Amino acid sequence: MPGKLKVKIVAGRHLPVMDRASDLTDAFVEVKFGNTTFKTDVYLKSLNPQWNSEWFKFEVDDEDLQDEPLQITVLDHDTYSANDAIGKVYIDIDPLLYSEAATVISGWFPIYDTIHGIRGEINVVVKVDLFNDLNRFRQSSCGVKFFCTTSIPKCYRAVIIHGFVEELVVNEDPEYQWIDRIRTPRASNEARQRLISLMSGELQRKIGLKVLEMRGNAVVGYLQCFDLEGESGLVVRAIGTACTLDKLSSPAAFLPACNSPSKEMKESPLVHPPSHGCRSTHNSPIHTATGSRLTQNFSVSVPTLIYTGMGSGSAGKEGGPFKALLRQQTQSALEQREFPFFTLTAFPPGFLVHVGGVVSARSVKLLDRIHNPAFVGIMGNTRSYKLLDWNSFNSDEPETRDAWWAEIRQEIKSHAKALGCHAVVGYSESTSICEEVCILSASGTAAVLNPRFLQDGTVEGCLEQRLEENVSTRCGFCHIPYDELNMPFPAHLTYCYNCRKQKVPDVLFTTIDLPTDATVIGKGCLIQARLCRLKKKAQAEANATAISNLLPFMEYEVHTQLMNKLKLKGMNALFGLRIQITVGENMLMGLASATGVYLAALPTPGGIQIAGKTPNDGSYEQHISHMQKKINDTIAKNKELYEINPPEISEEIIGSPIPEPRQRSRLLRSQSESSDEVTELDLSHGKKDAFVLEIDDTDAMEDVHSLLTDVPPPSGFYSCNTEIMPGINNWTSEIQMFTSVRVIRLSSLNLTNQALNKNFNDLCENLLKSLYFKLRSMIPCCLCHVNFTVSLPEDELIQVTVTAVAITFDKNQALQTTKTPVEKSLQRASTDNEELLQFPLELCSDSLPSHPFPPVKEHLESASSNSGIPAAQRDRCSSWIELIKLKAQTIRRGSIKTTVTVEKASPVGDGNFRNRSAPPCANSTVGVVKMTPLSFIPGAKITKYLGIINMFFIRETTSLREEGGVSGFLHAFIAEVFAMVRAHVAALGGNAVVSYIMKQCVFMENPNKNQAQCLINVSGDAVVFVRESDLEVVSSQQPTTNCQSSCTEGEVTT
Amino acid sequence: MTSELDIFVGNTTLIDEDVYRLWLDGYSVTDAVALRVRSGILEQTGATAAVLQSDTMDHYRTFHMLERLLHAPPKLLHQLIFQIPPSRQALLIERYYAFDEAFVREVLGKKLSKGTKKDLDDISTKTGITLKSCRRQFDNFKRVFKVVEEMRGSLVDNIQQHFLLSDRLARDYAAIVFFANNRFETGKKKLQYLSFGDFAFCAELMIQNWTLGAVGEAPIDPDSQMDDMDMDLDKEFLQDLKELKVLVADKDLLDLHKSLVCTALRGKLGVFSEMEANFKNLSRGLVNVAAKLTHNKDVRDLFVDLVEKFVEPCRSDHWPLSDVRFFLNQYSASVHSLDGFRHQALWDRYMGTLRGCLLRLYHD
Repeated sequence: MPGKLKVKIVAGRHLPVMDRASDLTDAFVEVKFGNTTFKTDVYLKSLNPQWNSEWFKFEVDDEDLQDEPLQITVLDHDTYSANDAIGKVYIDIDPLLYSEAATVISGWFPIYDTIHGIRGEINVVVKVDLFNDLNRFRQSSCGVKFFCTTSIPKCYRAVIIHGFVEELVVNEDPEYQWIDRIRTPRASNEARQRLISLMSGELQRKIGLKVLEMRGNAVVGYLQCFDLEGESGLVVRAIGTACTLDKLSSPAAFLPACNSPSKEMKESPLVHPPSHGCRSTHNSPIHTATGSRLTQNFSVSVPTLIYTGMGSGSAGKEGGPFKALLRQQTQSALEQREFPFFTLTAFPPGFLVHVGGVVSARSVKLLDRIHNPAFVGIMGNTRSYKLLDWNSFNSDEPETRDAWWAEIRQEIKSHAKALGCHAVVGYSESTSICEEVCILSASGTAAVLNPRFLQDGTVEGCLEQRLEENVSTRCGFCHIPYDELNMPFPAHLTYCYNCRKQKVPDVLFTTIDLPTDATVIGKGCLIQARLCRLKKKAQAEANATAISNLLPFMEYEVHTQLMNKLKLKGMNALFGLRIQITVGENMLMGLASATGVYLAALPTPGGIQIAGKTPNDGSYEQHISHMQKKINDTIAKNKELYEINPPEISEEIIGSPIPEPRQRSRLLRSQSESSDEVTELDLSHGKKDAFVLEIDDTDAMEDVHSLLTDVPPPSGFYSCNTEIMPGINNWTSEIQMFTSVRVIRLSSLNLTNQALNKNFNDLCENLLKSLYFKLRSMIPCCLCHVNFTVSLPEDELIQVTVTAVAITFDKNQALQTTKTPVEKSLQRASTDNEELLQFPLELCSDSLPSHPFPPVKEHLESASSNSGIPAAQRDRCSSWIELIKLKAQTIRRGSIKTTVTVEKASPVGDGNFRNRSAPPCANSTVGVVKMTPLSFIPGAKITKYLGIINMFFIRETTSLREEGGVSGFLHAFIAEVFAMVRAHVAALGGNAVVSYIMKQCVFMENPNKNQAQCLINVSGDAVVFVRESDLEVVSSQQPTTNCQSSCTEGEVTT
Repeated sequence: MTSELDIFVGNTTLIDEDVYRLWLDGYSVTDAVALRVRSGILEQTGATAAVLQSDTMDHYRTFHMLERLLHAPPKLLHQLIFQIPPSRQALLIERYYAFDEAFVREVLGKKLSKGTKKDLDDISTKTGITLKSCRRQFDNFKRVFKVVEEMRGSLVDNIQQHFLLSDRLARDYAAIVFFANNRFETGKKKLQYLSFGDFAFCAELMIQNWTLGAVGEAPIDPDSQMDDMDMDLDKEFLQDLKELKVLVADKDLLDLHKSLVCTALRGKLGVFSEMEANFKNLSRGLVNVAAKLTHNKDVRDLFVDLVEKFVEPCRSDHWPLSDVRFFLNQYSASVHSLDGFRHQALWDRYMGTLRGCLLRLYHD
């Protein structure tokens, strides 16, 4: 009995009128946890009841504490008939279970009903007393921290990064049980919400156990997903990266809450003891996208009984003496792991040695029905939801799903090996389900990690080692990990434009964020490849085979499009690549998003050349040359737009290009219907090789046109799908997170692939245009972490969901930094718009070949941070001179506040109304909660992580027209979901959600019946942040209360 | 390809002031889009008409959802669904409760019941304000009236507290509620030259001086608590006003009053002779208005009477405003020198307010 849960119901407000006669409500509350239920008194005739209940106490196992949600139901008392439910609140008490997070949950929660939406609010206080549990065989994993953030959380230090953890649990979907036919939609929705809540709780606990086994204390990059398999059940699965984290003791000592996770990590060695594994395997499309212009042979293999997709790529040889040593070292560390995967997308500097390219695997599976007669019988009992019980009489089921994923992971692993890499970073998994067909996908970036980080070692040791070999951090990750004489695919290699010593590919694709120490020229931009393919309707195996056959072609086309668009932008690398393949009844959709950048270390990309097949026709020639001109113009324009002006380097310095293993490679284009259309890819144009598009039919023409139809964002706007925009580093504090959903209906008449493509392309482009228009008041601003999700809810419907955050930045500073591209690229995203000066920690590692003054740096760091200068500014300076100047300034100024805050008034966002009171509305009681898909908040420091937010909601209506149609319904629902997330965060004592993600938004409508249903799953990390400007005030006002200032005094006297 | 569903939801609710205005003005989405196109926004932003349509729809949907909350502004502050900065909340409320001069002149002093609602159509046609907007404005008046009707205490404070309006707007609403409650006639042709501002000014003076709340402390008599402090005129005061009749009924008193005023103003007034000739008429008019206020019907006609009995005669003799001021000041003050007159305090309470009102009403 290791825990006591205490709940107090304080009051309600804005309750709905439940009694028409009196226009009032007689409300009372049921508080339920596990099988225990308490009730408050009935508070008669009020819409704002004050229950002020006693403390309801539940004595429970910590296992239950982890799995079960606290369920609060508000009801209207009725003397003569059954009490009417007003709504419910589910509270996940997990954040109370580890010491550093929240200690109490207290606040106003929206009362939610799956049919009526939010109906008033209820004020609840929840506490947990945990008793020490000495049982070593416990089933709970209380105390393991979970983070959605895919980098090391800002106020922690990674002591050890253990590696991949995964788990999945399966259950029958209540919506598909026989009982669903006789119960109300409300009961069915609530059963589903509750089940998923339980399943997530259990999943998290099980993952926690694995982490404890690995001797870790946290999971970073935790990604939990639901697969609604319909009849065959409900799968909840999660992956993450197990770590041992240390809380940074002095809040002043770590760096900006902005995006340079790297620097503070320098003393934290990442040691990798043997890790833990998972399972399995399957097929890959682009197993590497590294600029290999497509040379994977897509042999369609159907390997197992179940339908798995396409051909695997090549089996590359480990090779070359050149990298042998490195490989040996890392091998040993990683070998014990079944899957050396990391869900992280940003890493401490030096962690990432080389990046091979994108590896991905997909497999098509047929879902078979779960038959499980025993389950329904015990439905009424709460415990019956317990998955342990359930699994015990249906134990083969999760194993099947496990095996499927194990196959895919195995495949990924082998692809990484083929690229000469021993690890996969930026790893993620996803599914797309249509009826009984399911496509499982996994992708990541093959990488070589620093062997020293992978061995046990002390802090000092690692630090020193790093200093010795810290030769080329800025370009090192671009260097090929594979052996150039024995490449897994033909690629075009040159010597690195940065160090001139190692070889680099001409193009680099990755799924990770841009490493903070990478040198980028100009700005980045969002690049999307969009593709539709019609497919015949078919059943079961025939359907799966058809999909399997289409997949490789789609992968290939998506890749070609990405490559073309990248060239068109004049860039040479993609980060944050995410390829989503969605399956529908009669079509497949592919959407790839990534952020294009120009890496200084890689060669200048060649242009795109158009070649016609029938050169005799004069007008045709003219047309071609016209098109060529347009393309060239676009490239030139883009280069200007994104400020890509790399320094010219003469041929001699670079040396001769490395001889190509193959001079030419021909590839089949991907249309399944017409395999005679051929695009020739010429790889032999030497260094400045142009990408040749051969036009011989309307289809290819389409492609070229579609290249040119992508409109750049209006001036003042930038967009990317990574955490930060390369080339912009002066964020101001205004942020606006949003979700936008669009559904279009295709006219079913004679749909062709071209028409489909055009529709889809227009849909995405129009959506982006709308976003730019809506957010125009924030200019200059950047849309970050733009995340598109495509689904095909019905035959002729395409749904696109976008979640992103718009962040304003300071244009003037942006202009300043454009002076020299090299200088600019050294600068990191800094989160404020305060006066100049801070000192560049990364200088030492960035612009100097080795670490010249580590002690000085330490000293300075404390000096500057202690003197109340927000650390965020520290990475602004870009020259050594400035550093010296700064040091002088810092010391001179001592503990006096040195910065001038110019907080911009925010016209739209919630920038700074916390301290502003605008009469007569000043007495607002609702605190502002920011939400962002990023891991940081510009201009602010995250001081505490309060726990993971993982919420699942269902909303249903039988009066769709009355609620404003589908748009009105979904608009209200999404607003409600935001509200519930904010309320939970506020109740935990937080003021923001970072790494927020809407993982699922399943929308179904039946306009004829005036009905609609929507399921939304969101997650993120609840945090407390402090504005950097406030932080200064605090530190200068209360010098004795924080060590920060007292240290300062010491510093100044020296 | 048709768009089935198209929404945008921000963590901070986006409010476009221009679209809000169009919505408040009662334009349909189509009209609003057309108006926005005409404003040149497409050229400024490079957006397409489709984008504008989608954006307008989105804002309209948001406003529609917010409207329920705007009916009880404190709810807007405490609700959790829309995260809106306080300054924006204030703007939303203020604009929602703002009204058109043309509209308010049409309904000022009318009973705010359903009966008037069917007249909204006519008002809409007459003023050119969309029916939707008329309805909103009318419903706002009615809602505010209903909420503060039964309340004790300062009318302006009550309105401000329950509707979170700015001081200025709350005062206007107090005037509207006050006029509606007392059903002052404002629609007569001869009153057409008066603006809402003129009436609001008078209402404020009357609330300050002529209502129960104006007496200061709450009445001790529990029955009188039934009266609204600020909404209803002080019945006792109105009864007492009959006593003023002596000023015109008693011939000696009237002559004395006249001579006092004439002596004081001789040489100072451009229209002295006209004043002298008209004094008795004017004085009778003003005092009779007071004496009649016991009847509800006459209370309603207060402004008609004032214009008929005072404003129009003066205007026809082309009194400049400064002369009116001189006259009224002297007219009120001289009463203090009338030894036979015992109701000095009553006179001041009446004339103090009336003087203010008349000066405001005296213009073309």
